[in-house]
Amino acid sequence: MHDNALAVESESLCLRSLDDLNRFRKQIMDKRDPDQPEIVVCHGTGCLANGSAEVSEAIRSALEASGIDAKVFPGIKTTGCQGFCSHGPLVVIRPQGIFYQNVKPKDAKEIIEKTIVQGDIVKRLLYKNPTDGKKILHEQDIPFYKRQTRVVLHNIGKIDPTDICDTIASGGYQALAKALTTMTPEQVVTEIEISGLRGRGGAGFPTGRKWRSALNAIEKKGRPVYVVVNGDEGDPGAFMDRTIMEGDPHAVLEGLILGAYALGANKGYLYVRAEYPLAIKHLTIAMEQARAYGLLGDNILNSGFSFDARINRGAGAFVCGESTALFTSIEGNPGNPRPKYVRSVEEGLWGRPTVLNNVETWANIPLIVNKGGDWYAAIGVPHSTGTKVFSLVGKVNNVGLVEVPMGVPLSTIVEDIGGGVPGGAPFKAVQTGGPSGGCIPYELKDTPVDFDSLTKAGSMMGSGAMIVMDNRDCVVDVGRYFLRFLEEESCGKCMPCRLGLSRMREILDNFSEGKGSEKDIEDLLSLSKAIQDSALCALGSSAPNPVLTTLNYFKDEYLAHVTRQKCPAGVCKNLITYQIDPDVCTGCTACAKQCPVSCIAGEKKKPHAIDTSLCIRCGICMDTCKFNAVNVI
Amino acid sequence: MITFTINDQKVTAGKGWTVLETAREYGIEIPTLCHHPAVKPSGACRLCMVELKDGDWSKLVASCIYPVAEGINIYTETPRVHNVRRWILEMLLASCPASPEISALAEAHGVISTRFKIHDPSQNCMICGLCQRICEEVVGLSAIAVVDRGVHKKVGSPFMRPTDVCVACGCCLTVCPTGAMQNIFDTVRGEPKMPLTQLAM
Repeated sequence: MHDNALAVESESLCLRSLDDLNRFRKQIMDKRDPDQPEIVVCHGTGCLANGSAEVSEAIRSALEASGIDAKVFPGIKTTGCQGFCSHGPLVVIRPQGIFYQNVKPKDAKEIIEKTIVQGDIVKRLLYKNPTDGKKILHEQDIPFYKRQTRVVLHNIGKIDPTDICDTIASGGYQALAKALTTMTPEQVVTEIEISGLRGRGGAGFPTGRKWRSALNAIEKKGRPVYVVVNGDEGDPGAFMDRTIMEGDPHAVLEGLILGAYALGANKGYLYVRAEYPLAIKHLTIAMEQARAYGLLGDNILNSGFSFDARINRGAGAFVCGESTALFTSIEGNPGNPRPKYVRSVEEGLWGRPTVLNNVETWANIPLIVNKGGDWYAAIGVPHSTGTKVFSLVGKVNNVGLVEVPMGVPLSTIVEDIGGGVPGGAPFKAVQTGGPSGGCIPYELKDTPVDFDSLTKAGSMMGSGAMIVMDNRDCVVDVGRYFLRFLEEESCGKCMPCRLGLSRMREILDNFSEGKGSEKDIEDLLSLSKAIQDSALCALGSSAPNPVLTTLNYFKDEYLAHVTRQKCPAGVCKNLITYQIDPDVCTGCTACAKQCPVSCIAGEKKKPHAIDTSLCIRCGICMDTCKFNAVNVI
Repeated sequence: MITFTINDQKVTAGKGWTVLETAREYGIEIPTLCHHPAVKPSGACRLCMVELKDGDWSKLVASCIYPVAEGINIYTETPRVHNVRRWILEMLLASCPASPEISALAEAHGVISTRFKIHDPSQNCMICGLCQRICEEVVGLSAIAVVDRGVHKKVGSPFMRPTDVCVACGCCLTVCPTGAMQNIFDTVRGEPKMPLTQLAM
């Protein structure tokens, strides 16, 4: 934050032109020594939960205690999520890019003494490539990062999100200054149209076309018009938007201001999940700083254009991420979707023309304005341009945040970047698009990940959550999980959604108990169709997708439940039996000690056996056994 | 005037009309539960879904809120429409087993039994929200609220605390399609400013 102090010294922080911004940027850069080492500690929510705040504190103390010569005194920087969440807390030493993972506070002293003072490497903290067992020294050589194209995330992990100077130094607000000084609002809209950018929130509506329709609506209805950020990310397993808001809040803000300039809006809203406290904090700081520097508020950069925004904390319901429910929520009403066949660009917030875009969409805008729509359109594939950020979770080695150009095959994301399923087996399916999306089976692993191809496969892009499943995940159970989630999270207003989802789940509950028939599967399909056709909003109409795609690709597994009373994945408790293979069991007694109902018996060093009449099928024995002697049949 | 077709029959409607209003004007039957002319349409029950067709393309729309437009083709009795009606009614039979009105409506559309479990045999409220809307829009009081969300949604008073905002006008009782409000009424109303018996006199 020392750069901030520099600016505070001058009497007015307010930047009044593009030249002002560039002068200020140069001022920041001049103060920096490019050779000065920098210890970057990830302070994303994932790493913080793993104790990275203690790590950065320990590094700070160790640094002070070491008494290093002031001339090469390293800086400590805390950044947003660097993406490789499963290996956190992460510490990167720049400029070399030395990458330490799973760092504990007790490692701080060694890092300072060895790496900073002696220029040595702390080998045990390096990342080990699971495929060849080799340790990798530099961040950029790790396959997880190497195969990504970081466009939207380019700043995250490099800048301190609470310091606007860091953002400005890395090129932040250049697009805004460019637009305000050299472009007309019309040119901004045209540039977005050329880029081919499609909304990153789920449906993939072309952003340029949305803005154009809003302009047409404004022509008819006049102003005011509103611009809104949808930061109500709620898909299970999704954390792309959170990371962007936490790690590069100014990018979202700059995008929003650019959108406001293009549409002539003077007021905007950032609707952010209340469960994202760090995102709200960083956005609040970003807005305060932007206001102080004349980048937000009245007469931005002395251009005559005024725009301000406020943060609305989400009302705690998944359905508030639906556009019309989000508007009613901002207006102070319960977050129910509106029953209207009028588009939000014509009649949105407070009944006025409104442009609502997802966090990632807004964060793309400054890049497009800066580098041009043609540059953006050259990334990705036709009709799905640019990059997309995915959160890769589930049964995959490298859990974390991934950004790739649109159109890369699914297998590249899951296997090359994600490192595949732990243990090396092929994945069974990948759930894309959250509860509204669907499961894509292994056979379709070469499906290009773009809007149209995923829809063709029966799934959807959604906001970008990718849940990887292996052969121990049951599709009936997955369907039940998503339906249970939506039952609770639907607004409950329209009957097909409120009644239909719980009735669908009821049918699946029966399947998981081995009850049901092929007729039930037909009913499930027909009921799903009715819900798709009749629900009030997209939450309901897309809710049957996980069930429909799994029925399409894994029908045999459904049939195994209803006709043979078997759960091939070994998940549905009523349909499975645990058994110890006497030929493999070493009689180590580990499982017997862990069994909560003491139903495993046997002499030491002799094969054990499970009393199936007492077994509650918790699976602890299977997880405990080091010899894979426990099987599910 | 706006001209379009319903079931291939040419119809004309005034500006701002909905498909349902036009259909009713022409005596074309479309079932509804949450619709009432006294309040704004809410599109909650989805029983009034009709099929909008344009060549090979078609989609279902809620006729109670779908604004009429020149040249559109609406169909009220297609397999897709029937599938929606059948499932909604079949689910309502299980959710509101105590309502003869719903049973009769279901029967009229060929749904005489339900495949679903009945959790509460005494239930007759389907949460159409008419009570809440009439109280807010016509009476202007909002003594009734539809609280909570998803499967937990229910009709009650704001924050589920008895309210003395209620003036016992009885509008909610009148519009309730199943008579469920009679059971809920006492939980909405707190200490009455005036006893009901006195009001009736």
